[in-house]
Amino acid sequence: MKFNFFYHFGRYVYMMAQALARPEKFSMYWKETIRQMEAISVGSVIIVVLISIFIGAVSALQFCYQLDGQLIPMYYVGYIVRDLAIIESAPTITCLVLAGKVGSNIAAEIGGMRQKEHIDAMEIMGVNTAAYLVTPKVIAAIFVIPLLVTIAAFVGIIGGYLASVPAGYLTDMEYMRGLRAYFEPYNVFIMYVKSVVFAFMITSISAFFGYYVTGGSIELGKASTNAVVIGNIFILAGDYFIALILT
Amino acid sequence: MIRIENINKSFDGVEVLSGINHEFSPGKTNLVIGRSGSGKTVLLKILVGLMQPSEGKVWYEKIDFSTLDKKEVRALRMEVGMLFQGSALFDSLTVEQNIRFPLDMFTNWTTKEKLDRVNYCLERVNLTGVNKKYPSETSGGMQKRVGIARAIVLNPKYLFCDEPNSGLDPKTALLIDELIQDITYENQITTIVNTHDMNSVMEIGDNVMLLSGGKVAWTGTKEDVIASDNAVLQDFIFASPFLKRLRVAALEQQQNPQQQK
Repeated sequence: MKFNFFYHFGRYVYMMAQALARPEKFSMYWKETIRQMEAISVGSVIIVVLISIFIGAVSALQFCYQLDGQLIPMYYVGYIVRDLAIIESAPTITCLVLAGKVGSNIAAEIGGMRQKEHIDAMEIMGVNTAAYLVTPKVIAAIFVIPLLVTIAAFVGIIGGYLASVPAGYLTDMEYMRGLRAYFEPYNVFIMYVKSVVFAFMITSISAFFGYYVTGGSIELGKASTNAVVIGNIFILAGDYFIALILT
Repeated sequence: MIRIENINKSFDGVEVLSGINHEFSPGKTNLVIGRSGSGKTVLLKILVGLMQPSEGKVWYEKIDFSTLDKKEVRALRMEVGMLFQGSALFDSLTVEQNIRFPLDMFTNWTTKEKLDRVNYCLERVNLTGVNKKYPSETSGGMQKRVGIARAIVLNPKYLFCDEPNSGLDPKTALLIDELIQDITYENQITTIVNTHDMNSVMEIGDNVMLLSGGKVAWTGTKEDVIASDNAVLQDFIFASPFLKRLRVAALEQQQNPQQQK
C-alpha cells in the first residue's frame, strides 16, 4: 500500500488543531488529565526504574573495562555515567520505552473507542472528541514524562554505582568525585527539553494512529504497531535535532 | 422536522446513495428500512453529520446543515440523541456515569439535579437499580435501554436509532420499539429509526421509507405495507413463504371481513 506522508501529516495537523480548541468544560478535561497522569506515571515507574538501573550499571561496567589500565583516571566513570544518563539514556531510552508502553496503549484505547462507535457517540453529543481524547493525554504526558525521566537519571546513576563500586572497579570516593566533576546544569535543561518534546511526540502520534483507525482488530493492531514504530523514529530524529540545536 | 434534498453519496466511484429526497416528520417514528448494504447506515451518518454527502442537503427545520461551522454543528448536536447499533456505552464508566456524561459535559447542574435526571431517564426506560453496574455486567437489552436513556438525557428534539433491535430476542425487541415510540409521542420529537426488522415496521412505522440499491424504492405508513403492490417492498417485508401466506390471508380478511367472522 502506498504511504502518502503529506496526507497523513495533514490529518495529524488537522487533528491537533481541533485538539487545541477551547474545552467544553474545564472540570471534565481536568478530571481526564489527572486520570491520564495516573495511568502514565503509576503504570510506567517500575519499567522505567528497571531499565534505567540496568543501563546505568552496564554503562559503568563498560567504561570501567575501557578505562582499566589507561591514563584516564577512574573517577571519569562517574562523570561519564552521570552525563550519559542526563543527556541521553534517561530522556531518550526512557521515552523509547514509553513510546512502546504508553504509545501502544493510547493508540489501542482510542482506536478501540473508534471501532466501538464511542467516538461517534461523543461527536453526536456535541463533544469535540479530538480535544477531549487527545489534549488531556498530551498535557498529562508533558507533566509526567519529565518526572519519569528525572527518576530514570537518578536511578541510572545509582545503577552505575551499584555495578562498579561494590565490585571493586573503583572506590566510593572516586565515583562521587566523578559525579561532581565538570557538572553543567545546562545538560539538565537539555534533558528536560528532550523529555517534553518526546512526551508530546509519544502521545500525539499514538493518539493520531488510534483516532483515525478503520476496520477491525487487525487494523487496530497495525495502528498500535505503527504508533510505536513511527513514535520511535520521531524520537530518534528529534533527539538528533535537539542535540544539533542545543549543543 | 428533518428534510433531505437530493442526497448522493459515493465511495471510490461506487454510488451508495442516489437522489434521496425525503421529509422526516416530528412526533412520529420515521423508519428507514432496507436490506443490508442498501445504504441505511450511510444515510443515517449523513443525517447526523458524521459523514458528508457527495451532493445534496440536509435541513434541520430551516437550518441547512452543510452551512454550519464546527461550533454550530456542536450546538445543534446538543438537540440530537442517538442510539447506536452496539449501544456505544463507555466501558470504563458505570451505567449512571454513562447517562450523566452529557450532563457533566454540557450543564452546570448540581450533582443532585444530575442524579435526579439520570434516575428519571432510567425509570423512563424501565431500568432501576443498575446505576452502579458497568455495561459489561448488563444484558444486550439493558444496554439498549441505557443507550436510549443516555440519548434522551438532554431532552433532544431529534432522536436517531441505528438498528435498535439487532441482537435482541423478539419480545425485548418489541419492548425497545414501544419505548422509542412512546418517547417520540410524549416529547413530540423527530425520530428516525434504521431497521431491517419487519416487526418494527408493522408496530411502529408511522412513516416508512424503503431503500433499495441506494434509491428510495417505496414510502408510506405501516397501514400501507400490506396492501402495497410494490414488489421490492413485498420481497423485503414478507421474505419467507410463511410471511407471504400470512400477507395473503391478511389481504383476504381486509377484502371479506364478514367471511372471517
